[in-house]
Amino acid sequence: MSLRSTLLRRIVATAALGMALGSAPAFSADRELLNASYDVARELFAELNPQFIEQWQAEHGETVSVKQTHAGSSTQARAILQGLRADVVTFNQVSDVNVLAEKGQLIPEDWQSRLPNYSSPYYSTMAFLVRKGNPKNIHGWADLAGDDVALVFPNPKTSGNGRYTYLAAWAASNHDNGDDEAATRDYMKKLLANVEVFDTGGRGATTTFAERGIGDVLITFESEANNIRNQYGPDDYEVVVPPVDIMADFPVTWVDKNVERNGTEDLAKGYLEYLYSPEAQRTLARYYYRVNDDDISEEFADRFPQTTLLRVEDAFGSWDDVMQTHFASGGELDQLQRR
Amino acid sequence: MKRIGDGAATRAGLIGLAVILTTLFLVIPLAGIFYQALVEGMAPFWQNLTSAFTAEAIGLTLLIALMTVPINLLFGIFLAWLVTRFTFPGRRLLQTLIDIPFAVSPVVAGLLYLLLYGRTGWLGSILSEHDIQLMFAWPGMVLVTVFVTCPFVARELIPLMQAQGSAEEEAGVTLGAGGWTLFRRITLPNIRWALVYGVILTNARAIGEFGAVSVVSGSIRGETINLPLQVELLYQDYNTVGAFTSAALLAALAIVTLVIKAVLEWHTHRREKTA
Repeated sequence: MSLRSTLLRRIVATAALGMALGSAPAFSADRELLNASYDVARELFAELNPQFIEQWQAEHGETVSVKQTHAGSSTQARAILQGLRADVVTFNQVSDVNVLAEKGQLIPEDWQSRLPNYSSPYYSTMAFLVRKGNPKNIHGWADLAGDDVALVFPNPKTSGNGRYTYLAAWAASNHDNGDDEAATRDYMKKLLANVEVFDTGGRGATTTFAERGIGDVLITFESEANNIRNQYGPDDYEVVVPPVDIMADFPVTWVDKNVERNGTEDLAKGYLEYLYSPEAQRTLARYYYRVNDDDISEEFADRFPQTTLLRVEDAFGSWDDVMQTHFASGGELDQLQRR
Repeated sequence: MKRIGDGAATRAGLIGLAVILTTLFLVIPLAGIFYQALVEGMAPFWQNLTSAFTAEAIGLTLLIALMTVPINLLFGIFLAWLVTRFTFPGRRLLQTLIDIPFAVSPVVAGLLYLLLYGRTGWLGSILSEHDIQLMFAWPGMVLVTVFVTCPFVARELIPLMQAQGSAEEEAGVTLGAGGWTLFRRITLPNIRWALVYGVILTNARAIGEFGAVSVVSGSIRGETINLPLQVELLYQDYNTVGAFTSAALLAALAIVTLVIKAVLEWHTHRREKTA
């Protein structure tokens, strides 16, 4: 009897201690902001947030904290529709923000006009991460449809990253063959058949390529490709930016319904405006994102190879059209993948 | 007389094979987790172990376990009692239904709850009108863990209670015992060891659950990340030491659970011998 009760008491005591330790406030902030972001922005915001917190403290005398959640852009949009109370979204896809307006009525339809540059504080394009010496000789989009090339990129259905890859390949092909749709479809079929693994988010694809060693080419944002190269060893990988590529916007906005409820509207706006400040733009450029601030662009010019950037809106029409034609159930993507 | 396979060589071979397989599949991976956590020395290990995010993850993991275990303890006893002490139409069906959480993939369980309790869900839309949020917060994670682990206690109790029959309780009734006295003095002492096993299993699963909670967590760092989610998150953050530190924590919890189970087994064994 005594053994049993002391044992039990010890278990309870240990658990209670753990609880006390665990639930002790790790941050003692006045207000809190939740930023729902795309998958590969983890390190970026881990660096930007403390800078913002410091600046907000200096300007407003208020200690705030910023929490992060990261997943594929569309996964995040769906989570917000289903009740995730994010104050701001920092996505890599305009259509995923549009969803919040159209399906959830959480933000106004004209959200893109609320901040400069169509609410996109920075941009990027797609790049190829290849293994050292570029053994498969990959230089442009056409090379990816070769016979013996294994590709890794995230699933265009769940990831904005993957969607840009799909659109870039399509637009580059059209650009090269003078809008020959049939030839482009043939090319896309070959490209999709070369995909070795479709991960749900950008970071999953990175892990597949770099940790598991699968595939010859990882297609991801230029920023992510460069950061992976630095992370996993500049001697093992090379980054290739194709001569024709897509312009990838990184739209941001505050979620009106949620900031209203959380009482964080001014904080959310301040946070997003901060992303346009020279300080934040410099951090962004250091993470290999292309920025609109002229001085900073100049300063980091050698990081970003010259390339012809096609806008999604010019090559495909509106994002709604793109989603409808290419990514909806039974759309181009589904048809191209049918074998 | 000698049976086939009784030779010294065969025996040694089989034992050797068992040892090799155990080492290969159990010991090396387990040791590997601790090795990876410590490979860069004590400093990074300690730094990861004591980080605010890890503390939050430990707190959340324990919170989920501490809420799940009592709920399923009561639920399991109630269910086992119902199924083994009474006959009613649908009893067999109920016995089968208990196993649904085992049969359904945890991810599906998570999605079911998300569809039901999410903001756009059937119940969730009513709740959100009253500003109650279950999904993407700890209550949702507790909810799905309760679902996933609810058969453990009942599954331990039902065979035992069936084998024991209700003779002792009937005797108690004829001697004038009320329902609560009956339960406390007769049923509970008879089932307590099975109950403890059920609790240990429930607890182990509640601490280690990944699939169902990952669907409803929303992965807010420092808020809705429990230890298993933390392992994946840190691994994808390129923080291998951190990932393996959390994994080592989970492994240590598992080992503690096994030790408790072994102590209890030893205790039961000794008690049975003296009885």
